[in-house]
Amino acid sequence: MAVFSEWSGLLYTNVHVGTPDVDEGFNIIKPTTPHECRLRDMTYSAPISVDIEYTRGSQRVAKTGLLIGRMPIMLRSSNCVLCNKSEYELAKMNECPLDPGGYFVVKGQEKVILIQEQLSKNRMIVEVAKFGVQCQVTSSTHEKKSRTNVFVKSNKYYMGHNTFTDPIPVSIVFKALNSQKRYVTAASKIKSPTDEARDLLATTVLAHVPVIDYNFRQKAIYLGLMVVKRVIEAQADKKFLDDRDYYGNKRLELAGSLISLMFEDVFKRFNWELKAIAEKTIPKIRATQFDVVKYMRSDLITNCLVFAISTGNWTIKRFRMERMGVTQVLSRLSYISALGMMTRVNSQFEKTRKVSGPRSLQPSQWGMLCPSDTPEGEACGLVKNLALMTHITTEVDDNPLIRLAINSGVQDINKVTSIYIHSPLAFMVFLNGNILGITKNYHMLIQVFRTMRRKGYISGYVSIYPSYLHKCVYISCDGGRLCRPYIIVENGQPLVTKQHIFELEKGIRGFEDFLNDGLIEFLDVNEENDSNIACYEKDIVYHTTHLEIATFTILGVCAGLVPYPHHNQSPEILTSVLWGNRLWKCGTIGYNQKNRMDTLLYNLVYPQAPMVKTKSIELTNFDKLPAGQNATIAVMSYSGYDIEDALIINKASIDRGFGRCLVYKNSKCVMKRYANQTFDRIQGPLIDTTNNQPVWKHSCLDNDGIVAPGELVENRQVLVNKSVPTVSAVPGSTNTSVEYKDTPISYRNNEPSYIEKVLISTNEEDTTLIKILLRQTRRPEIGDKFSSRHGQKGVIGLVVEQEDMPFNEYGICPDIIMNPHGYPSRMTVGKLIELLAGKAGLVEGKFHYGTAFGGSKVEDVSEELVKHGFNYQGKDFFYSGITGEPLEAYIYSGPVYYQKLKHMVQDKIHARGRGPRAVLTRQPTEGRSRDGGLRLGEMERDCLIGYGASMMLVERLMVSSDQCEVDVCNKCGRLGYCGWCNSCKSSGQVSSITMPYACKLLLTELQAMNITARLTLNHYCE
Amino acid sequence: MELNDEKPRVILNEYKVTQNLPTGPTILDEQFTIRNFKRKCRIVIVRNENFEMEFDWIGIHPFLANTFRRLMLSEVPSMAIDKVHIHNNTSIIQDEVLAHRLGLIPLKADPTLFEYKSDASAEGTEPDTLEFELKIKCSYNKETSKRDSSRAEDMYKNNNVYSKHIKWVPIGNQKERFKDSDVGPIEPDILIAKMRPGHELDLKLFAVKSCGKDHAKFSPVATAFYRLLPDIKIVREVEGDDAYRLQKCFSPGVIGVRQDKNGKKVAVVNNARYDTGSRNVYRYDDLKDAVVMSKIQDHFIFTIESVGAMQPADIFKEAVKLLRDKCASLLEELNSS
Repeated sequence: MAVFSEWSGLLYTNVHVGTPDVDEGFNIIKPTTPHECRLRDMTYSAPISVDIEYTRGSQRVAKTGLLIGRMPIMLRSSNCVLCNKSEYELAKMNECPLDPGGYFVVKGQEKVILIQEQLSKNRMIVEVAKFGVQCQVTSSTHEKKSRTNVFVKSNKYYMGHNTFTDPIPVSIVFKALNSQKRYVTAASKIKSPTDEARDLLATTVLAHVPVIDYNFRQKAIYLGLMVVKRVIEAQADKKFLDDRDYYGNKRLELAGSLISLMFEDVFKRFNWELKAIAEKTIPKIRATQFDVVKYMRSDLITNCLVFAISTGNWTIKRFRMERMGVTQVLSRLSYISALGMMTRVNSQFEKTRKVSGPRSLQPSQWGMLCPSDTPEGEACGLVKNLALMTHITTEVDDNPLIRLAINSGVQDINKVTSIYIHSPLAFMVFLNGNILGITKNYHMLIQVFRTMRRKGYISGYVSIYPSYLHKCVYISCDGGRLCRPYIIVENGQPLVTKQHIFELEKGIRGFEDFLNDGLIEFLDVNEENDSNIACYEKDIVYHTTHLEIATFTILGVCAGLVPYPHHNQSPEILTSVLWGNRLWKCGTIGYNQKNRMDTLLYNLVYPQAPMVKTKSIELTNFDKLPAGQNATIAVMSYSGYDIEDALIINKASIDRGFGRCLVYKNSKCVMKRYANQTFDRIQGPLIDTTNNQPVWKHSCLDNDGIVAPGELVENRQVLVNKSVPTVSAVPGSTNTSVEYKDTPISYRNNEPSYIEKVLISTNEEDTTLIKILLRQTRRPEIGDKFSSRHGQKGVIGLVVEQEDMPFNEYGICPDIIMNPHGYPSRMTVGKLIELLAGKAGLVEGKFHYGTAFGGSKVEDVSEELVKHGFNYQGKDFFYSGITGEPLEAYIYSGPVYYQKLKHMVQDKIHARGRGPRAVLTRQPTEGRSRDGGLRLGEMERDCLIGYGASMMLVERLMVSSDQCEVDVCNKCGRLGYCGWCNSCKSSGQVSSITMPYACKLLLTELQAMNITARLTLNHYCE
Repeated sequence: MELNDEKPRVILNEYKVTQNLPTGPTILDEQFTIRNFKRKCRIVIVRNENFEMEFDWIGIHPFLANTFRRLMLSEVPSMAIDKVHIHNNTSIIQDEVLAHRLGLIPLKADPTLFEYKSDASAEGTEPDTLEFELKIKCSYNKETSKRDSSRAEDMYKNNNVYSKHIKWVPIGNQKERFKDSDVGPIEPDILIAKMRPGHELDLKLFAVKSCGKDHAKFSPVATAFYRLLPDIKIVREVEGDDAYRLQKCFSPGVIGVRQDKNGKKVAVVNNARYDTGSRNVYRYDDLKDAVVMSKIQDHFIFTIESVGAMQPADIFKEAVKLLRDKCASLLEELNSS
């Protein structure tokens, strides 16, 4: 690859991105692993080295392997050390083999570059705009990005462009396009306005349509098509309007293309700066020759890439693009939440606009994006998730396609007459939005392309489809299209036969083989619309072209975990995805979780694989890294503590480890070095001289001044006894006595924690880094939140002794009692079936499936229950644990998968009698973290006023808040102090009153602004 | 209805449980007197093996039966590890989780020979505490014969820590009072932790006496429960295929199919005791009316599954003693005031 810099003195001949390594100082460079970077707060990146040729003095010099920057490496990408490694090798590198990769480690943080959804580039979109019908094309080439409009205004056609201030009538543009090539002579070096216009037309307007040697024919035809064909047709007939939200018109931008955009931009800046330096330095006469290599600093590119990924601000100066929130911190609350994050698709649409179009479910989304998995609230419908089998295409070379098209009877657009173009039989052929030519036998063209694709002669991700409306054939091979595999059906018979499936089960055949043998092919959204796809084999009719592989794959990773979702109401699946699966649960996050040092980690002590699985669970390995437990639930009423979805929980179950979780938090500190040769230090514990023991605050410290692993630390105890040099030390002075100020890292939490481990290392800046992992074990208590997989969340309302729990004929007590009122309004029939299937699975000793649109049938499950002597409806005869007598009703009971959510009372419990106050207002502080007061808000105040409880109001708003004794002068009405009025110079008429300090503050603040507020006092009893 | 006999019954209808109308006074509504109790109460031991006992208790009021069930679950004391001193734990299992797992191991020790510990924070003494030790270290297996194996059990030594590794450390004269076989974990193969070379456990375990109310690990039973004796009556003749269908609706052994004198196959009740109350007859509309299922309310089939420290019968006796003591202290309280 040859990259020419703009400055001709430097020629890049080759570029190479190496494997990730880390600079340990003193020129020692050693390879690194992602896990090391996570622990040491480093960036997992690889050097970018280039080979260059340049001029030094008068001779040409070549240099190879020159470092120009570092590229953050995506985990499991081809340059990552984890690529193609066995489970054993991954374990050696402290990496979880089930971790999907696809994210970056930047400064120790795991960052995901979200998939960005946008309108496809270089395609015409006809829609109704301000003035009427308009056709818009966003051209995008490597150099330029521009938008061209053609629209109708008062029955005239205009062309607008984002660089133009005013639109130009189309006829004038056509006229201009007819201009001739300009012959450059010495005299014409200065561009005339005509020349400028010509250049503009050639390079900027419709930039993606190639203009070779000022031959505007193709561009003119393209423009003509925009005006004549699309706009006029759409004016006459609404069906010619395009849909902006249609997924065939969308492209998804992946991390790779975003990074490449970023790199290209910063690389150009790098060269530009180099050029600027060269131009400035070369004319000067120096003793040493100018060597450009000395000015090639590697930190510009490195910093720019790292900054972009760590902040998520994607600023690309060339395209004047500025996007915020492109990256997000990978949520490691559970394995599924991390996995779900990789499939997240972010729309470029503004969140604040209240239009329904882009947010609503698009039919073309079928199979490509999960219909259930979207957040509630402002980002609803804008943030989406990929479905299970979706593939996003990458760009493929189009030259073979052009050749194939020409060979299949496409005539080059530049070589056909205009009569031929308008012939009713002719179909125009487009390749990636550009006109390729004309064909009369479009049928054959499509047939040839599809056959070649199935045979593997062209890329499997090339799509071709006809549009009978436009009389066009569209071929695409660009990146970012959504596509999905389907089984090919020929003559009403699917090509995949029993034999193939048998081979698949035996492991002789893999998915790739199915692709290579042309049994399965990928269809993108557009081609999908030209196909006849049967959902099931029984639906195949004579014109069917494809067969769905598995229907449950229309759901995404998170929604796939819900058993029997097809029996649930749709909003319930959404909530279940939201609550249960994506974000907030305790569980396992990876095989390497014990080696990690995250800021916050919730682990279940005894996680279980769900009794009712789904196919998606197996595919996503959720059963290997589960996040929940199979609780035996009884659906019945018990005491009054189960209203509003509260759960009654069995104390014996808790004693035996149900719902027990570990909470890990970390505490971090760095030991800085300062310019004046001083540095932070850590000292050993302070010893109390009376008993020769460390003082209480330091009682957990080891001799080195850092807490010892295994210790129990309590609130306000010191974790690292660090001290910082005071700034007084004069730089340069070599005095040894540096004064230090104590800045200990102390533990702040009312519940004590254990120290799991301590990490001492250095980070990239070579400063010492100390990380301390703290652990708490929590058993469930009243108020902790649990959720089933159907979005049925509830808090524990009561913990009941085992003997008070109802028991059945087998002596089984439920772990959880759930109130039946949770069912009728929510209609989560899926949960009922999950219970039944789970129960049958227990007695039969197997896992049942609750896969979407399939799964074990209720009849079969009932039959299994009957076989083992259980009631076919799952309702058992129970005895009350309190009276010992049989219950009047039969109780629906069995196992349901319950997940513990991270909302635990221990993190939320808050009360205050007395406590800290804000300095300025003397009112109680706000919030739990500051031990704040509980606010008596406006509405509560209104209640008190309405009730007439005036003394209560005084007590709440003044006495218990910021009561303050103030001296007021009766004569002048101003504030005095100590019984003295300073303006009257007298103490004669000063009286002392009580008022809120906020009021006093207002009076003094007003006074400071030269406004006097005078108080008039009256006796209270008058 | 013929269910309105002298016995108190609950009737298992399709959708709910109802009670019958007994012909005479039953134990449910007559006042509790010790004379009546002595006259009516009967215990039949059905099975007592492997620390599992099933017995029928006939002629008592549910409140009494339930009281004993509750006492056995939560108030009969037993010994369990309550305090763990962790001197070293380099395994991957967290200290608290390890301690929790150790606590749940059932211990072989007769709780009647021990006293409750009065002060939980005090050091354990001879009459109230059993001390154990768990010292184990995992290492590579150097045996040449297993050098090529990649199985964890061949590659390492002590990679699995089982309850059998717990050693008893007698305090005071405990050595004289107990034999080695009397004290220790009941099951030798309860997995406590998994380790890899370099991992080490050095723990001191202290078992004390307490009851299930305090923590489920102190409960001497895996579970103790009862069920009411089922009674099934076939109210109309069920013959042929229907008889077999009916048989399938119940647990095996409940319904038999016999040939009557006309040579027809007829369903008869063999032994209703085995019925699990599954009520699957209600699936068939045509068989629904053929049977009436009920349970006799003063006939309890008790099952006591002991954890293994005490014989189920002893656990039951302990429960009786507890109730006696409770009554005695209640009486004392009443009399003293």
